[in-house]
Amino acid sequence: MTQPVSKTSVLAGMTSRALVIAALVVIVAACLPMVLSSYQVGLATEVLIFGVLAMSIDILAGFAGRTSLGHGAIFGVSTYVVVYATGQAGLSPWAGFALGVLAATAVASVFALLAVRTSGVYFPLLTLALGMIVWGVCLRWTQVTGGENGMRADVRPAALMSHSAFYWAVLAGAVVVSFAMWRFVRSPFGLTLRGIRDSESRMRSLGYNVPLHLFIGFTVSGIFAGIAGGLYAMFNNFVSPSTVALAQSVEGVLMMIAGGVGTLFGAFVGAAAIIVLENIVSSYTERWLMVLGITFVLIMIFAPEGIIGKLRAITSRKVR
Amino acid sequence: MSPRLVHWELFVSEPILTLTDVVVAFDALRAVDGVSLIVPRGQRRAIIGPNGAGKTTLFNAIAGAHPPTSGKIRFNGHDVSRLPSHRRAQLGISRTFQITNLFPTLSVQDNMMLALRGLKPKKFSLFGSPDADEGEAARIVDALKAARIAERADTIVKEMSYGEQRQLEIAIALVTTPTMLLLDEPAAGLSPSERSMIAEVIRSLDPAITVILIEHDMDLALGLVDYVTCMFEGRVLVEEPPEGIRRNAKVQEVYLGKPRHA
Repeated sequence: MTQPVSKTSVLAGMTSRALVIAALVVIVAACLPMVLSSYQVGLATEVLIFGVLAMSIDILAGFAGRTSLGHGAIFGVSTYVVVYATGQAGLSPWAGFALGVLAATAVASVFALLAVRTSGVYFPLLTLALGMIVWGVCLRWTQVTGGENGMRADVRPAALMSHSAFYWAVLAGAVVVSFAMWRFVRSPFGLTLRGIRDSESRMRSLGYNVPLHLFIGFTVSGIFAGIAGGLYAMFNNFVSPSTVALAQSVEGVLMMIAGGVGTLFGAFVGAAAIIVLENIVSSYTERWLMVLGITFVLIMIFAPEGIIGKLRAITSRKVR
Repeated sequence: MSPRLVHWELFVSEPILTLTDVVVAFDALRAVDGVSLIVPRGQRRAIIGPNGAGKTTLFNAIAGAHPPTSGKIRFNGHDVSRLPSHRRAQLGISRTFQITNLFPTLSVQDNMMLALRGLKPKKFSLFGSPDADEGEAARIVDALKAARIAERADTIVKEMSYGEQRQLEIAIALVTTPTMLLLDEPAAGLSPSERSMIAEVIRSLDPAITVILIEHDMDLALGLVDYVTCMFEGRVLVEEPPEGIRRNAKVQEVYLGKPRHA
């Protein structure tokens, strides 16, 4: 079948050119630890982890038209469970990781049950409120969560102790997860999410159970957020209420927006832009949050479609 | 006569759609006020009437977008009065919308794919290939041909003309191979040549499909159907074949207004 020249098909058809680009990006990313300092490798690891979180948000925001402000909480639940399971319960890191993803999926499905019947501004507000509940529990349930002090545990497996080894492991994980999400959004089910974004009433009249589709989409997105949260537990060996706080959700959403809503892989670009900016600017001025804010305003004015969206628009204009 | 044959005859004689005393009320306003309707299998029926007569509200009640406040709707042997839209679609009710309701950022092909898969388990394939299989591709091409937009499959919907979007509405309704097709002003807002194109598309539909058509333009509607229901202020005013409707004094009255010195 011929592929139409359109925004969706750039995403939907993995042409040989896309394959080459993807391979090049992964190879360059894999070479980074050879040129970067160990501090910078740590930053790059963080970029990958938060890129996966931002991608999981993009599944809902960019494809189903539902921007979740609760994904930081889903992410953080996984982090909490992984740290608790390995530190307090004495499980192996891998078992802890699996439990963390499972817990995040369960929390996501509960969020989904409550949120799928809402749309417009109610969806972000409801998911925000649900995330706040998780944050409140983590803050107050001191015996289990350590309250405001958080919890520490040696979660990272011994084999991945060095910065580079852990970075490569996370990179491998991010590649697999990204591929899975890419397949997911372009699958027949992913098309139904885009249909819901464009017209819910039409989807219903065609025989789709819209809330059920949103429920599945939300839960699958939660699995990916949970994977990111589990990796973050291994990265930090520490968890505190700020991991499940609203700021975490908002940061994920901002990374997605900066990269480009609906571009999926833009999430990594957005995560890189924000994490690098945070770290560079904060070394010069304490007012780095203000700089970040101004950057966002500029992105909204000059590239509302995000960095990747803008690049895509420029290149397609040149081709035509 | 074998019992089997008796059963078959019952099956044939049962009307595809029966409305009994259907009321749709929005607070104090009874937009549809006690409508009873019987549509035999395979009939082409027009529902006409002035603005605000309750035609689209009646469609919404039949298709499930806004279920009736009271009354019964039977479709193809099922009581569908309380079923949600997607369950009614599964039973074979397909509709088009008065105001174009498509997936504007998706291609025509993707629009058709969503229409086709609404009733199939494949819609839940989470990591499967996005491409249409052979059977699906053939059905999509057939429906697009029937609506005469086969060459536009790769176009993004929001880049098409309004007339083409109306044609896509019909193609989407057709690809699900419905038992009953509800067309809500399919030719509204179109140029004369586009209107005759739409009329041609409707005329060449499979005769097994029951078609109910809301249309403002009497000439267009009466040329397409076997039987006409005229609604006025939420009620059925007249039911007659097209020839009778043209001469009916009541119909002329609601369309043209009452002569002052009659």
